[in-house]
Amino acid sequence: MAAEETYPDDLKYHREHDWARVEGDEAVLGITWFAQDSLGELVHYEPPAKGAQIEHEAAYGEVESVKAVSAVISPLSGEVVAVNEKVVGEPETVNEDPYGEGWLIRIRMRDASEADDLLDADAYRSFLAEQ
Amino acid sequence: MQTLLRTPLHDRHVALGARLVPFAGWEMPVQYEGVIAEHRAVRSDCGVFDVSHMGELEVEGPRAKELLQGLLSNDLERIGPGRAQYTLLTNERGGIIDDLIVYALEPTRYLLVVNASNREPAYAWLKEREIRGSEVSDRSSEYGLLAVQGPGALERLGLPPADAFTWSMGEIDGVEVMVNRTGYTGEEGCELMTMAEDAAALWDRVLARGARPCGLGARDTLRLEVCYPLHGNDITPETDAISAGLGFACALDKEFTGVEELRRTKAEGPARKLLPFVMEEQAIPRQGMAIAEGGEVTSGSLSPMLDVGIGLGYVVAEHAARGSALTIDVRGRPRRARVVSKPIYKREEPA
Repeated sequence: MAAEETYPDDLKYHREHDWARVEGDEAVLGITWFAQDSLGELVHYEPPAKGAQIEHEAAYGEVESVKAVSAVISPLSGEVVAVNEKVVGEPETVNEDPYGEGWLIRIRMRDASEADDLLDADAYRSFLAEQ
Repeated sequence: MQTLLRTPLHDRHVALGARLVPFAGWEMPVQYEGVIAEHRAVRSDCGVFDVSHMGELEVEGPRAKELLQGLLSNDLERIGPGRAQYTLLTNERGGIIDDLIVYALEPTRYLLVVNASNREPAYAWLKEREIRGSEVSDRSSEYGLLAVQGPGALERLGLPPADAFTWSMGEIDGVEVMVNRTGYTGEEGCELMTMAEDAAALWDRVLARGARPCGLGARDTLRLEVCYPLHGNDITPETDAISAGLGFACALDKEFTGVEELRRTKAEGPARKLLPFVMEEQAIPRQGMAIAEGGEVTSGSLSPMLDVGIGLGYVVAEHAARGSALTIDVRGRPRRARVVSKPIYKREEPA
């Protein structure tokens, strides 16, 4: 069952339709409702390796629907400390719960100040409205 | 910027909340609820597709058959009125200008249903070669076309069973239709042709009879599971019928454009062949990906029935045998696949 359109206020957003939940020196990353809706039902998630270094604004993984492939862009740089194996096995989890069970990776941030440049929910909603 | 054409059912698609995308110059529904659910509806019961974007060309006259015999690969002598045939419009190199279905309407009148993307080149090719006593006309805007497909399709429509590749006139709840026993899904079913102004009424009646609306996304995954080639992906003016495994649609004992090339390719054996394959690792093949053993993917997707990546691609003859191991370059990652026999998906018959 697809989720309703939401953009939680406690998350930070990137214009490439990614979100970050900052928790101390770590952050959980995923794709927004808008991203999963644009792609359609996800059928494949190609995650980075645990321990990999990911870079701000660079691709760290791929998500695929039946019709499309999309690189997942990281809003922050850091080291991958966990990959959501549930999404590897059941990619549709992202459609069902993009901000909860459908998270993609957890990282240890290298430069927490990068989070300051991300959009808050209101700014991301305004950005979407302009598209 | 080009304005997109709309089928007579555009309002219906919008009302159903379809996701509309540009396709071959048309604004078409790619999905309503979701590709996978629509795909499974067709495999398990009945789905309906708006395929009114496809072209309808008519060739009429005492020499209509003679004209078509020289331009189409299959043999029209094998069919008479009431029957239809899968055939290819070929160029001098034996390349495929379009793959199409020709319907024998009358001994002197034929209907060609062509791909939307090839309607103009196919029409131009035929029109330029008209001979006295044959007339080619593009009737595409006059008709609406619905594909109703699935094991429950005929029963839901109240139609009797009939042989594949036959047609007859009929009626669905008061709407006059040409019932064509053809399709692009590998399932039972039919394609209903009606006047454009009646298409919306026909759509409503077909939905009322329980068919699920399906978009082009499911149409593509359905055809790929049963290895029907898609023109523009798997077959093109640069690829020939023999390499594409479409020799069954080529009457090499008659004369038609490009037949010498096709005879030669058949005699020598094609250097590469269009083959179905199934991924053996988690990955989805896509059009344009390289095959390391020599070749290229021309269509790829996830199979909604098998839940694995599947595809069609041209592979060098040395690696073309069923069971051959292939390596697909998935954006820099080598992923294992294996050549399988057609179709990739086949329903398990109840014991």
